[in-house]
Amino acid sequence: MRLLTATITMATTAMLSTQAFAEGNLANPPAAWEELWNTVMLDITIIGVILAVAAVWMLFKFKATSPEQVGTAKKLTAVQAISWALIPAAIFMADDFYLAAKGWTVWNDYRRVPENAMEVKVTGYQWYWEFEYEDGTVTDELVMPVGQPVVLRMTAEDVIHDFGLPHYRVKEDVMPGRITYIWINPIEANETIVQCAEFCGDAHSDMWTSVRAVPQAEFDAWLSASAEESDFDIDEWKASWTKSQMTAAR
Amino acid sequence: MNTPSATAGHAATPAWKEWLYTTDHKRIGVLYLIGSMAAFGVAGLMAIIIRLEQMDVGMQYISSGTQYNGFLYFHGAAMILAFLIPGLTGFAANYFLPLMIAARDVAVPRINAFSVWLFYFAIVLALLSFVIPDAPDIMWTGYPPYSITTAANTSFYVFTVHLLGFSSILGAVNFLVTVIYMRAPGIGWNQLNIFTWTTIAAFVLQLIFIPVLAAAVTLLLFDKYLGTHFYDPAAGGDVLLYQNLFWFYSHPAVYVIFLPAVGILFEILTTMCKNQVFNYKAAVYAGIWGIVGIAGIVWIHHLYVTGMPDWLRLGHMVTTLLISVPVGILTLSMWGTLYKSAITYNTAMMYAVACLYLILIGGLTGIPLALPSLTIHLSETAFVMAHFHFIMALFAAFALFGGIYYWFPKMTGRYADGGLATTSFWLNFIGVNVTFIPLFIIGVEGMPRRYWDYQMFPQFDGMHEIATYGSFIVAAGMLLQFANFIYAAVAGKKAPLNPWNSQSLEWTHTQSPPGPGNFIDDVVVDENWSPYNYNKD
Repeated sequence: MRLLTATITMATTAMLSTQAFAEGNLANPPAAWEELWNTVMLDITIIGVILAVAAVWMLFKFKATSPEQVGTAKKLTAVQAISWALIPAAIFMADDFYLAAKGWTVWNDYRRVPENAMEVKVTGYQWYWEFEYEDGTVTDELVMPVGQPVVLRMTAEDVIHDFGLPHYRVKEDVMPGRITYIWINPIEANETIVQCAEFCGDAHSDMWTSVRAVPQAEFDAWLSASAEESDFDIDEWKASWTKSQMTAAR
Repeated sequence: MNTPSATAGHAATPAWKEWLYTTDHKRIGVLYLIGSMAAFGVAGLMAIIIRLEQMDVGMQYISSGTQYNGFLYFHGAAMILAFLIPGLTGFAANYFLPLMIAARDVAVPRINAFSVWLFYFAIVLALLSFVIPDAPDIMWTGYPPYSITTAANTSFYVFTVHLLGFSSILGAVNFLVTVIYMRAPGIGWNQLNIFTWTTIAAFVLQLIFIPVLAAAVTLLLFDKYLGTHFYDPAAGGDVLLYQNLFWFYSHPAVYVIFLPAVGILFEILTTMCKNQVFNYKAAVYAGIWGIVGIAGIVWIHHLYVTGMPDWLRLGHMVTTLLISVPVGILTLSMWGTLYKSAITYNTAMMYAVACLYLILIGGLTGIPLALPSLTIHLSETAFVMAHFHFIMALFAAFALFGGIYYWFPKMTGRYADGGLATTSFWLNFIGVNVTFIPLFIIGVEGMPRRYWDYQMFPQFDGMHEIATYGSFIVAAGMLLQFANFIYAAVAGKKAPLNPWNSQSLEWTHTQSPPGPGNFIDDVVVDENWSPYNYNKD
């Protein structure tokens, strides 16, 4: 049994690693997400329209004309019954595996961190985010140079949070005692947000901050300025809490 | 004693005492119905408050986020644990399953009475959590560490789950024994009503999985009040242990709700279409039991963004997608039942048709959520929330309300159909779409669940406003609906014993309502009998 488990684990790991770390151009997960989303939407729309049209047609076509009328469907023969189970099952399974294969490929884009990624450590607190850059600078917003892939190594200090980046179509839980990661590829200059996406108490809805992608020069200037003056003061933040927030934090 | 007229001799016993001491499965069913509808009312009120608060950016009506979280917690916990599960496996199963197999009661009537009173104690306990200081604000999922570090009193939640769990386990044993041993002579396994099959499938799931939930929440109680560290990573525990245990029960719990609703839907469809179930054996053995077989190996899809190992996420992606096979076969049986049928439209059938729509939208929107690569963005958004409302909450609630209209003449001797019923149906149906379609849309754009404020997304203001108006429409529909039920029970049009000309035993062999012992004469059927035997040639 142990041998079997080990074999399966090894086979799975081997499959995953060859897939996940295959050479290729730098992925763009949000674009892959949109493409997969459109594929799935097309898939379920086709299924939905076929079934909806069939239902509407039958609901009108087979209206009873008198109260005594009964349905005239014949009992299926054994061959018909088995076919009506196996053929649809085969079609559904074929669709499932098609979508699973597509989903697997996109998943690898999400999990394969580029080698040149800049590492930022993220810590979630009730109810704010803290970012630590490679040079030790601690900030309260996430700023990245355009074109520089960033890997976020994330944990939480108190309860479970979730680092959600709707613009980059990615999120992952942030938990005490565990480190999780996501990576993002800021391909253009913009200002978006990160929001907490796992329920964490009173000010859960307010746990968000800005995420900016800026030109390299601007990023360097911002980082050195942040290193000099830590503009984030925990005591000041806590002093701004409402009574209920303090109760919840207790 | 076994004839309905014999009840007249017991007129000396006061009515309240008869109901309090009853061991009759029909009265116990009605007690479940009253309790679950009361829970639905309170939890529905919470839903309106939740929608009102989200109508605009910023704080509208609540005094703090914690207060809002308390409403959200109660809405979820009460709707699932005190409305849907007791409404379907408590009320519908209790009242109609013994009638469908022509049993005179369940196997152990006193245990059955114990189950319903445990359910009432649980409801009282849940309501008391509003009276005690620091009401629970932990959501029905109650994830630690928040549920441990919060100042709120979570013990009532844990005890409520314990009581409901005991109640369900006792009910499960009772009903499984009833179906296995107490079917009337001649009723073989392939002649059971679909509702009977779905109910025992739901109870098998309860029996297997409830102990896991009980363990999960008990450890939560120990961690918070006894200083243990099962979920505390600082002392060697693990925060994800709880989520794994919780969803190991709570995903199958979705089917505990979904399956009996499917059963009721089939009862209405076959009767109103005067047709047999299309491909009965496939629906039962591949559809219903296929869902049971797969229910326990898909729970990781609730943990797609918790940093579980990749092989586990991708493995559960495949098993989750494969749910489409048994559900697809059940869906084909529903559609096939319409083919070459003779459909009569009434309120029950309107609810059944609405269920076909809900299972289509709700089921198909589950497919993107089966893929971790899409859920990595969709998780914890309004899209997820709208999806599970469609497939679980609305589908099951519409099936249950359809079932009430369908069985109303059996329970009261009167029809609940009429202008009020039709009006309230359309309000409910339009209302749920106006509420949840906008939430699907803004969910894909990133609107998170469980937010009372969304100042980072001011552009979603309009959609939230529409959704809130939708909830008003549902509220109006539900108020009319309950007014209609009360009116119809007292003064509705009198119905014959079998108003829909059904072939099922609860219609063909009983009074309305059935007296003590249910059947005047013993029921015996032959091998050609079927509850769906309309086309005799």
